[in-house]
Amino acid sequence: MSSPLVEVQDLNVRFVTRESTAHAVNGVTFSVQPGEVLCILGESGSGKSVTLRALMRLLPANKARISGSIKVDGQDVLALDAAGLSRLRGGLVSMIFQEPMTALDPVYTIGDQIVETIRRHKGGTKAAARARALELLELVKIPSAAQRLDNYPHELSGGLRQRAMIAMALSCGPRLLLADEPTTALDATVQIQVLILLRKLQADLGMGTIFVTHDLGVASEIADRIAVMYAGRIIEEGPVADILANPLHPYTRGLMASTVHGQSRDRDIDAIPGSPPDLRQLPPGCAFAPRCAQASGDCLTAPPEPRYPAPGRMARCVQVSAKTPEFA
Amino acid sequence: MINLFLRRLMYAVPIAFGVSVVCFSLVYLAPGDPLQTILPSDASADTIAMVKAAYGFDKPLPIQFLKWLGRVMVGDFGQSIATRRPVVLEVTGALYNTSVLALFAVPIAFSTGFSMGAIAGCFPGKWIDRVLTGSAVLGVSLPNYWFGIVLVIFFAVEAMVLPATGMGANGSDQFNFLRWSDARYLVLPVITLSMVPIGIIARTTRAAVAEVMNQDFVITLRAKGLSETAVIRHVLKNALPQVLAVMGLQFGYLMGGSILVETVFTWPGSGFLLSKAIINRDVPVLQGTILMLALIFVATNLLVDLMQSWIDPRIRRT
Ligand SMILES: Nc1ncnc2c1ncn2[C@@H]1O[C@H](COP(=O)(O)OP(=O)(O)OP(=O)(O)O)[C@@H](O)[C@H]1O
Ligand SMILES: [Mg+2]
Repeated sequence: MSSPLVEVQDLNVRFVTRESTAHAVNGVTFSVQPGEVLCILGESGSGKSVTLRALMRLLPANKARISGSIKVDGQDVLALDAAGLSRLRGGLVSMIFQEPMTALDPVYTIGDQIVETIRRHKGGTKAAARARALELLELVKIPSAAQRLDNYPHELSGGLRQRAMIAMALSCGPRLLLADEPTTALDATVQIQVLILLRKLQADLGMGTIFVTHDLGVASEIADRIAVMYAGRIIEEGPVADILANPLHPYTRGLMASTVHGQSRDRDIDAIPGSPPDLRQLPPGCAFAPRCAQASGDCLTAPPEPRYPAPGRMARCVQVSAKTPEFA
Repeated sequence: MINLFLRRLMYAVPIAFGVSVVCFSLVYLAPGDPLQTILPSDASADTIAMVKAAYGFDKPLPIQFLKWLGRVMVGDFGQSIATRRPVVLEVTGALYNTSVLALFAVPIAFSTGFSMGAIAGCFPGKWIDRVLTGSAVLGVSLPNYWFGIVLVIFFAVEAMVLPATGMGANGSDQFNFLRWSDARYLVLPVITLSMVPIGIIARTTRAAVAEVMNQDFVITLRAKGLSETAVIRHVLKNALPQVLAVMGLQFGYLMGGSILVETVFTWPGSGFLLSKAIINRDVPVLQGTILMLALIFVATNLLVDLMQSWIDPRIRRT
């Protein structure tokens, strides 16, 4: 196996304020191969965005305490200095955000925002960068791209804005693309178009991708592998087909039961009674135990260790048959 | 852009008209009869009627207003009751003197206030923010005439390095730009006048910058790998429209002149003139000064509006 593009080991993120400490990410370990798409799936507040932002050190430095190890393309992200970080951000790694309206600067044109990114990383003249920006808008299939360059974000529809955001993210040829619910804010039909576009660009450009969503349907469209997060932990991970066919963790099963076709996406957690734990006071055992029908005494003492029941599969649940890790 | 300018101008015209109506009504809103001051108390009914007719006070109000407006349009505000000089000369002279101060106070106050606020807003909660915001609050809350007197005591009376009052050597009442040594007369009044605008602009800028810093797109800018300087440039541009609005107001206040500060430094500007006109019940001067100042406000607003929509295209549509 080639060396992974992303290697995250035992990542912990806490948000410390005077009153309390929120344990947003708790011992997350995963890796992404070059060109691979990993979907991080989980309900609201499970720590998906925080994990993604930690990869680019975008969390507020005064509040967020990060520990563990993050390696992207062999670089130790947590040890980078300001110059190294600025080279990594937008150059090696790019991010697409959920809300394209608020994620773009309202008082600069789309073109200017792309041009400035290109010139930051690749230098060159304004004219050359603008020509490249035009190519990018055409690449993401924005109609009448030349005029759109001089549009401000508010002059574009949501779908076009998100395409412009994607164009900006791709502008410096990143090897890793981080997408934080890039289609959630869009209309259903636009959502599918943007998703298809992303999938195609990802494959054409061979970018490793981490795609965050709380929509199992979206994950099954785009993912090679899925990691399910709950209360800041990855509780199950595996190839997309295997997880869809045979979910191991009760939480994953609950998620799937609630997304059987045709149901409203907004109510997708209804099938699981209760609500996620308070991140300021996590229970000592499995964080899902209070909501789990099959929970036993063992579940309440310590968080279950990862188990590897089949090649490439991992689950943190005492009910999963504890085999020795075939490969760790 | 030209379209936009014309549209905004169309809004400004009715406002200016409204302002002139108010100025005209001042004569009638002010307590007492404007003729009282010029007529002897024992004037006969005939004399009163004659003077009334001479000043046009016997005509119906709308006619009086239109006549007045017609004269004002060609720059004729009538005569000062106190000095018998044409009001235009009084007003333009005073405005000129005040704008000499504003010419220096505006760039100093606006750039200082903006820089202080921008630095404070970039480091909210840090010591530098506290120091700068604290000074801004102080600048706003200290009475500036008191501050002016302190400066006079310090630099004019004690150290004797700067003149305490006046506009130039030999008690000149016209500022002479060509005489370099006269610049010393500007120092204290300009510093005194700058205090409040510095404080207000610093606080507005700080609030605007801190608010923009919390917006989502700032994370995008960082995620693109931009340098901190480039990020701050984006943030400042976003904060600028809010700051410009306040700067416009402050500019208007500076042109209005501060009665107290101009009195402290014996600087015969528009504040000085207004206070004199009020004391003397010099209604024509009052009308002329207020109308001119109001028109300056309207013009400033128009300019601010245009600059705002030039910076933030979202404003253009409304
Ligand atoms: N800047 C911050 N300061 C304090 N707490 C934060 C901050 N950012 C995130 N959190 C907390 O971290 C937890 C995880 O948030 P995160 O945004 O990662 O959730 P998510 O899985 O992305 O959810 P969603 O689907 O709603 O986007 C939340 O409880 C949130 O309140
Ligand atoms: Mg999120």
